[in-house]
Amino acid sequence: MAKGRWNRWRDAIVAVTTWTAAILVAVVFVWLLADIVIGGIAKLSWTFLTEAPRDAGRAGGIAPILVSTALILAVCMVASVPLSLATAILLAEFTPADGIFGRVVRRSLDVLAGVPSIVFGLFGYAFFCNTLGLGFSILSGGLTLACMVLPLLIRTTEEGMRSLSDDYRRAAAALGMTRTTTIFKVLLPAALPSLIVGLILSIGRASAETAALIFTSGYVDRMPSSLWDSGRAITVHILDLAINVPGGTENAYATALVLVMALLIINSVASWLGQRWLRRSIVR
Amino acid sequence: MSLSLRDRILVWSLRGAALVAGAIVALIVVFLFIGSFPVMRDAGLGSFFLDEAWRPTEQLYNLTPMLWGSILVTIGAVSLATPLAVLSALFCHFYAPAALARIYRRLIELLAGIPSVVYGLWGLMVLAPMIGLISAPGTSLLAGILILSIMILPTIAMLADAAISNVPRSFMYGCAALGFSRWTTIRRIVLPTARSGLLTGVIMGTGRAIGETMAVLMVCGNAVRTPGSIFDSVRTLTANIALEMAYATDNHRASLFVSGLILTAIIFGLVMLAEVLSRGRIYG
Amino acid sequence: MDNPFIYTSSEGCYMRKALGLVSLVVAVSVGGCKGSESEQKKVVITGSSTVAPVMLEIAKRFESKNPGVRIDVQTGGSSRGIADAREGRADIGMISRSLKSTESDLKGFAVAYDGICIIVHKSNPIKTLTDEQIVKIYKGEVSNWSEVGGSDAKITVVNKAEGRSTLELFLKHFGLKNKDIKADVVIGDNEQGVKTVAGNPNSVGYVSVGTAEYDASQGVAIKPLPSRGVEASTKAVLDGRFPLRRTLHVVTKGAPQGVVKDIIDFAQSAEVHDLIQGQYFVPITP
Repeated sequence: MAKGRWNRWRDAIVAVTTWTAAILVAVVFVWLLADIVIGGIAKLSWTFLTEAPRDAGRAGGIAPILVSTALILAVCMVASVPLSLATAILLAEFTPADGIFGRVVRRSLDVLAGVPSIVFGLFGYAFFCNTLGLGFSILSGGLTLACMVLPLLIRTTEEGMRSLSDDYRRAAAALGMTRTTTIFKVLLPAALPSLIVGLILSIGRASAETAALIFTSGYVDRMPSSLWDSGRAITVHILDLAINVPGGTENAYATALVLVMALLIINSVASWLGQRWLRRSIVR
Repeated sequence: MSLSLRDRILVWSLRGAALVAGAIVALIVVFLFIGSFPVMRDAGLGSFFLDEAWRPTEQLYNLTPMLWGSILVTIGAVSLATPLAVLSALFCHFYAPAALARIYRRLIELLAGIPSVVYGLWGLMVLAPMIGLISAPGTSLLAGILILSIMILPTIAMLADAAISNVPRSFMYGCAALGFSRWTTIRRIVLPTARSGLLTGVIMGTGRAIGETMAVLMVCGNAVRTPGSIFDSVRTLTANIALEMAYATDNHRASLFVSGLILTAIIFGLVMLAEVLSRGRIYG
Repeated sequence: MDNPFIYTSSEGCYMRKALGLVSLVVAVSVGGCKGSESEQKKVVITGSSTVAPVMLEIAKRFESKNPGVRIDVQTGGSSRGIADAREGRADIGMISRSLKSTESDLKGFAVAYDGICIIVHKSNPIKTLTDEQIVKIYKGEVSNWSEVGGSDAKITVVNKAEGRSTLELFLKHFGLKNKDIKADVVIGDNEQGVKTVAGNPNSVGYVSVGTAEYDASQGVAIKPLPSRGVEASTKAVLDGRFPLRRTLHVVTKGAPQGVVKDIIDFAQSAEVHDLIQGQYFVPITP
């Protein structure tokens, strides 16, 4: 009985600690968000979203920058999602956890995850812009970002697939499904929650990236007419307004507010879609 | 198990993708080597650790203070963020009411997407002056640790959250049937089962912390010297690249590539360490 | 409890829809690309982050007057401007200083003046610092404001990062060597310097006069100090009275020709003076 009482006490202590930690995190977050909202709300309007920047970004809006950012993200996702899905499937389904090939790929991805964003920037500048001749372009920026989010996407997808119960695989095999069918019809849908998390993290990381983009997608703040055009990403715009353009702080906050709201929408849509797909594909 | 033709095609295309993904890091390393070659040839590797100071324009290239800067900031941030992040994930699963957990998850997702520039701006304008009240200059190791903790917390928390949600429901039912307390269930069943995912989260967080550039550049103070206390200003290897690359020429520029190379080497070392520590256990 | 094998055909349909969307995006972008490769002249300008914002505005005005010309302005630092111009990656490089003797293979064209002034926190009672005092503060020989007539507080010295042209000019003007400087904080761009000093009541730093003047007028908590009795203002820089002055240049490899020459002439002409002043720099010709 004394043990039972101690258990209850311990549970209570842990509960309090958990609540405290959660509240602490929430407070910091709300503080940060409030700061952005208070700093940016005054400048925010419909015209801010639809106008081109003027006077080095102090006046006008951010329309071309939003378009450039969206295109960069699209390139990044189109390049990285198939590649990372393929790699993750290979690592999770076809390579023994302690096999040499799998280990080398996995470790090199871990190293890739730690490569500083600024090094990605320098690399992207040398490789995509110069060696491949893409120049300062949305394409260069997107591909550089794709390299950057690859480890995150692969790791989350692989984790998701690995943690699935082997019952799925055995049952599929018992039904005579090929591995390909098993993967695409059973395992991937079941691992969808992890995929969504990976996707959200990657979009977050990609759209929050600055250092890698200054050197690749560039600084030009006009409306891009193709993927081969240079286009200023939203974070580069925020950085320039925050530490280079005197009097840009207000618009920097307003732009940051737009980015945060866009992310909120993207994240909500992603989880909603995830839930929908999940419900339709397998009955849990 | 023999594979059908379709499966074999799949496996080979997956291998191709994995090879591409794994090769990116090799490409980056090669590129860093080429970039740093001139100064390696002229000054030798030893000068990066033995020279009397970091004065690249006078051919003095001691990087050790920056190395300490990077290491200390990262260790501080990871050890602060990990418990908070894991507690946050546990909070979502075991303590918070469903509605609150949903809101809380959305908060964390948003936190993941806030650009480093905004964290930096907030750190520079809110956090650093507050620390400055305790001990000047405010922009310090402590500011860097705090900002980085907030930045990597979502990465660790979301991956921990995904890992915990992958723990089979039946395990929980079993615990409940055995009359385990909530904490016992978490400590004995949930955390061990989710270990692989948790470790992934910590590795990803560490990678992000050590590679983070813009926010660190804005809040750490950047004076080149080994810090004596957490209130001292420090410069990290990434900040060093970002601060000086734009204006560096010749061997100075090459020595910044060496900074990048050393960072990559540290990460390589970390990954190897994780490999040794966890051999046969992570995916066991 | 789980039955993972019941999936409806609509799942495939969603996947196909997503795939369709992706291919649409790619197709539209590729198509858009083909459309834009018309008879346009593209000029690339890269270099100093100090010059880039003003050059961007100049480029926009030039584009609007010369349809058919497209100017891409990229930032990245003076050394980038030099390297890109030298290796032909850019038609024009921007530098926030004058050309060095090792860079005589390039041709430089002055576009604007900029001054550098000492700034302290607004609440600091200090009204002025002599050159000698500044040298002592930066060398660490004076470490408390009370030693130069201020309140009893430790001085936080804010310095610029190695290689920055602002630093080079500062060192040259005060006869300092960077190794003698005992800096507490090192910063990159001007606005970062302003924000650092504004957030730290006992700090001293130096930034572009235009930046300091603008921020002080907007109520940011900094105070630009006069240099040798001359107030820190763009007006004093314009008169040539302000001692710490630098010239912002654009550079080309060889003599500029055609549209590149037109752009440089335009950037040096009176037509863009309002733009240069709009970014708080000082036009060359009065």
